[in-house]
Amino acid sequence: MELNSYQQQAFNHQRAEIEKFGKKNWFFVIFFLCWIAAGAYALYLQISKGHGVTGMRDNVVWGLFIVNFIFFIGLSYAGAIIAGVLHLLKVPWGRPIVRLAQMMTVISVVVGPVFILLCVGRFDRLHHLFFYPRIQSPMTWDVMAVITFFAGSVLFLYLALVKDLAVYRDAKLNIPKWKQRLYKFLAIGYRGAASQKRHLIISQNLLAIIMIPLSIIVASILSWIFGMTLRPGWHSTIFGPYFVLGALYSGCGVLIVAMWVYRKMYNLDAYITKKHFVNLGYIMMMLAAGYGYFTFSEYFTNWFGSAKWESEVIDKLFNPKEYGWWTLFANAAGILLPILIVAIPATRKISLITIAAFIMVMALWVKRYLIIVPTLETPALPMQDTRMEYVKYTATWPEWTLTIAGVATFLLFFTLMAKFVTVVPVSGLEDPHLQHNHQHEPEPAANQTVQPA
Amino acid sequence: MQHDEFNDNGRRDFLKNVAMATAVTAACGSLTCSCSSKKPTVAQKVKLLSPEGEIVEIDSAYLNHQEHMAIVSKLEAREGIAGKKFVMVVDLARCKNARKCISACQKWHYRPEETEWLTVKLLKDSDKGAPYWFPKQCFHCDNPPCVKVCPVDATFKRNDGLVLIDNERCIGCKFCMAACPYSTRVFNWNEPEMPADIRDLVSNPETNLPAKVGTVEKCDFCPDRAREGLLPPCVEACPNGVFYFGDENEDTVTNGEETVSFTQLIKDRAGYRFLEELGTKPRVYYLPPKDRQFPVERGYENLPDKLKDRFRDIMEPAAKK
Repeated sequence: MELNSYQQQAFNHQRAEIEKFGKKNWFFVIFFLCWIAAGAYALYLQISKGHGVTGMRDNVVWGLFIVNFIFFIGLSYAGAIIAGVLHLLKVPWGRPIVRLAQMMTVISVVVGPVFILLCVGRFDRLHHLFFYPRIQSPMTWDVMAVITFFAGSVLFLYLALVKDLAVYRDAKLNIPKWKQRLYKFLAIGYRGAASQKRHLIISQNLLAIIMIPLSIIVASILSWIFGMTLRPGWHSTIFGPYFVLGALYSGCGVLIVAMWVYRKMYNLDAYITKKHFVNLGYIMMMLAAGYGYFTFSEYFTNWFGSAKWESEVIDKLFNPKEYGWWTLFANAAGILLPILIVAIPATRKISLITIAAFIMVMALWVKRYLIIVPTLETPALPMQDTRMEYVKYTATWPEWTLTIAGVATFLLFFTLMAKFVTVVPVSGLEDPHLQHNHQHEPEPAANQTVQPA
Repeated sequence: MQHDEFNDNGRRDFLKNVAMATAVTAACGSLTCSCSSKKPTVAQKVKLLSPEGEIVEIDSAYLNHQEHMAIVSKLEAREGIAGKKFVMVVDLARCKNARKCISACQKWHYRPEETEWLTVKLLKDSDKGAPYWFPKQCFHCDNPPCVKVCPVDATFKRNDGLVLIDNERCIGCKFCMAACPYSTRVFNWNEPEMPADIRDLVSNPETNLPAKVGTVEKCDFCPDRAREGLLPPCVEACPNGVFYFGDENEDTVTNGEETVSFTQLIKDRAGYRFLEELGTKPRVYYLPPKDRQFPVERGYENLPDKLKDRFRDIMEPAAKK
């Protein structure tokens, strides 16, 4: 594989990261593994003692686990849409961050479904989902959607990796033999021949075209697990688009945070620049406005219509004695904060955008909690139960431990993957100083865009 | 108490005969039943595996099977009882929260005290409205939201109107519980406690026994008893005849003491279905609490404190913190 000087420079800059596995990396890996081990113990308790060890009960049948499921799966869908759009629109500044978006897609679509499995009472019967599927059930739709999406996102990431893998293979890296062999195997003999380039770009384009609508479909299907029930706060026609937007929005935030982390850790200042933060910040701001609009529509129509059952949920959400403060946090930090930070030029800085994105991601997690729990705590018939744990949901330590273990798994996969491939893809990189000239040139043919000389 | 005057066995036999009368009505087309104790031979033959390993065919009337042992195969349990369309009518004017239905149900299904398949709620429809006791089983909806969402066909709708659960199929995702607008379903959060002989039974959707950890369960209208011509234990146990159980096809419902026309009852007493606007089409009808036999306080005064706490909000709103 031939690289131009700028690409070669980018590769040399990151070369050490895929060659060495330093002490710092070991520290993080062991730290994450400790949390995963704690999660494994909590899971063991849940399996051996039953779901009684969680805070879930007959009224609030789903808790933290499904909140995490929505959260991670949302990140995944967002990553695919962002990577797909950046790829299809051939956004030159987007090249260095596409890999991060795709890594987020694959990792969260692996971590997310684990959480819905944790809601399942009988692990030993999971094969029933395939042996006795019922096509009417939104849960079956979701099983099909997530599996399809998983396959698509792995392929999408892999195709984007092929050229880089060929670079690693040919670079005579100082790495163990198995890793060298793995690169060679995964690079599937890519040499940069014209026909190879053409095939690769066509497959990537096709997959990007597939992944964008697929993400929208699967995010909607996820929302329909809730939207298809008759419950207030869930049974809403805007739930599909609401979840799509929410997923995209939180994914944008996580991408900004991931960019910041790798920029610092791997000294990628030259490749992930302020432009990336500001541009993604603008996207985040637009999504915040859209998400805020949806949230407002949802609350406002329910409140104004004031049907009895719906009002009960709205009252809980806005009552300071129940979820009022959380609702305030979710909307102030989850919608207003990113808009303000990005809109005001003085605060439009890398650090502040990242902080806003991080807080917004937290707030959106809380928002998912507010979608799930208050609705489940509001059945049509009064509960009339003296067991407090049946009336109000409180997450127990196994649930929190498993939640942290999920986050640790997410970070662990990120850490490991960043040691296998360069965080900034090298082969498709364009020198930003030359980009200005490129924009005035006529659109090059497909097989030429791959490697501008 | 009216209920205590009955000798338990006598009462059971009597009810059995009443129920049998209902069953025979279908065959004869008239109500000319001799309440005889002789076992009628039913034309239904049952294939059994003898201890010698041979398949023998026996008239089902001669089967002396053990209680809670399923009569039908799992496959048949998904079909339902031919020609039936079970329906229940709950007379709210008669309920005084005696809670005999609950204990009978718990006992028959080996449910622990806190896991109620049948609950009695205290409802008050509006601020100025009068509170009333509201027994609630599974509504066995004709458009069941729970069945729609089950990903593995563990809960299903039968031809006879019942919604049952195969607890060996159920994966415990609890989607049905989230979907049911009536909070009917309960989950085995921990390993359920049961006598050893019940634990050893072969699971069947009609008996719902033995209960299994990590699966969903709910009121099943006791189809195993219906096959034997018996009424569900809640119907039998009620001292006030609140529950009428029967067959919509025959247009007959009985509370164990009187057998009446279903349509006539609904027509005369303005029967309604709970939350009709949800479109779930329940198979349980309610008769409004008009001309009540007991003041609502009767069901509250003598309750133990723990139960009183459940209804305190409505009965003693002033005491509310």
